[in-house]
Amino acid sequence: MSEVKKRAEAAQIKKAAYGMDIDLSSFRKDAVPHAYDAKLNCLSGEEIKTMADVGIIPAGGLRSGSFLQMDHSAVNCSAFQEGVEVMSSAEALQKYDGLKDYWWKAVDVVTDKYTANAELAFNNGYFIRVREGIKAKFPVQACLYIGEEGLAQNVHNILIAEEGSELHVITGCTTAPKLKRGLHIGISEFYIKKGATVTFTMIHNWGEEVVVRPRTAVWVEEGATYNSNFVCMKPARSIQMFPSVRLKGENAVTRLNSIMIATSGSELDIGGRVVLEAPGTKAEILTRTISKGGSIIARGMLIGERPGVKAHLECSGLMLSDEGSIRAIPELDGRVAGVEMSHEAAVGKISQEEIEYLMARGLSEREATALIVRGFLRVEMVGLPDSLKKEIDRLVEESEKSLL
Amino acid sequence: MLLDIRDLTVEVEGREVLTEVDLQIEQGETHVLFGKNGSGKTSLLMTIMGFSGYRVKKGKIFFKGEDITNFPINERAKRGIGMSFQRPPTIKGVKTIDLIAIFNSDEKSVNEAAESLELTAFLDREINRGFSGGEIKKSELLQLMTQNPDLILLDEPESGVDLENIAIIGRAIKKLLQKNLRRLRVNAGLVITHTGLILNYVEADRGHLLLDGRMRCEGNPREMFATIQRSGYEVCARCQK
Repeated sequence: MSEVKKRAEAAQIKKAAYGMDIDLSSFRKDAVPHAYDAKLNCLSGEEIKTMADVGIIPAGGLRSGSFLQMDHSAVNCSAFQEGVEVMSSAEALQKYDGLKDYWWKAVDVVTDKYTANAELAFNNGYFIRVREGIKAKFPVQACLYIGEEGLAQNVHNILIAEEGSELHVITGCTTAPKLKRGLHIGISEFYIKKGATVTFTMIHNWGEEVVVRPRTAVWVEEGATYNSNFVCMKPARSIQMFPSVRLKGENAVTRLNSIMIATSGSELDIGGRVVLEAPGTKAEILTRTISKGGSIIARGMLIGERPGVKAHLECSGLMLSDEGSIRAIPELDGRVAGVEMSHEAAVGKISQEEIEYLMARGLSEREATALIVRGFLRVEMVGLPDSLKKEIDRLVEESEKSLL
Repeated sequence: MLLDIRDLTVEVEGREVLTEVDLQIEQGETHVLFGKNGSGKTSLLMTIMGFSGYRVKKGKIFFKGEDITNFPINERAKRGIGMSFQRPPTIKGVKTIDLIAIFNSDEKSVNEAAESLELTAFLDREINRGFSGGEIKKSELLQLMTQNPDLILLDEPESGVDLENIAIIGRAIKKLLQKNLRRLRVNAGLVITHTGLILNYVEADRGHLLLDGRMRCEGNPREMFATIQRSGYEVCARCQK
């Protein structure tokens, strides 16, 4: 047995630092395989619609690459541009000698039972790489879809942006419309090399009893940029994630945006951690949360390890009902003199003053509330091409309608 | 009669801020409201607009003959009352144009109004976010110009505005109040001013003095302002025309 497997076995029951503890044995381990669908013409209308809601275009138009995993099967992997690679991580492990510089390098397999389980019951995931100096013309899309009731899906994703490359990735994680219960564990290890720029946009749209435990770590090298936009508009039973970005090289930059909504019965414990390890690095974390009866913990952590690094953390929460809760936990950890780090956090309901101001222009109370909520969720998603920005705005707008 | 306020007594958090106020404004007239800080001028405007927190204890407000005393704010706006705020809130993530587009879809007239206020670049900015004092005033006027109300409530439209911009604001208010029309003027205004500067741009018909929540004097606005400048509010209140 490999060293990694041995370590994973030892961590099989290790509880996570945050979030409710999940009984992994209550989810089904085996899935019915899906056939490879080279042209993506075997999807049902309902499946196509569900995927479109998380930004995934089945036809693959206006994309530089596409990955679709249904349950445990990689159903489609396509790349439409020279220098852009898209395949299942199982295939990449074989092709690239176990991906030994990348596999379990940014994320530790013994982090908790979820990382351990992802190793012991590995069900694929994506491998995306853009070669040195290549600028992907269109976004690469990746969809992780659960269709089988009660299934556990343990994926392990690797993303590599070689030196000087540019890439937009849009990831849609979703479940079949009728599906109630499921478990998604997603290990994601991203390597943004010298001078590369990656914008990673992730949209979650889960069934109401689905449990989600992503474990994401990103290494950003000298002069590279990593932008992340996370949108969770249709919350699951429980999502807990605390992605960690290490700015390892000089002048590396990151910006993490999240917008999320928790309705009654859902628990979101979501944050972002950035370690500013090198001189000249900069980070910004921006989180907007709305609770309509659900419970939200919004964490943010900035760790400054070099003088002169700059980072800011902003976390705003809006309570739309008397039930539910929002806890904002911003943390700043300066480890040397001369770091410049700040945070602002605010949790509250919509201000009456704002509503009445808009009503004085003739808007009804309901229209005023809707406009304020729409504005609150309109986070400037950095680094996105216009077309993708529009797609995301549309998805957010549709969710707003169902919220109000 | 466009606006007819009778015997209006108003409380804010249990404290009486307006006492037995009477005020009548006809179509096409511009009235000016003078008074010290804290004398109740803004409270009167907020009550006419219908803001929560301004509790009418006694009296009535009629607009175009209809009793609007208990109407919600937006119903008053729909009937033709508009207000420019002294310190409006910032609306995060909502562009000024997004709001204007809700009540005015005529892109051409919106752009013209923005140009006349030198505010075109602000249409795409979040409402009031990071605006200077003068920019806030101009943005408020822009919203009013595109909303086109029959009764315009202006709360110190010139405060915190530099001289160059006062001329722009003065012109905009003149237009709002249809001062270019000699006859057939229908729009009316009620303007709070401290500096009186706006009187140089907008010909006002009538002045009122509020002191400690009571109407204490009314008359020719220029004469009243001259008296106030010369001898103070108390002397003006004593004339009791």
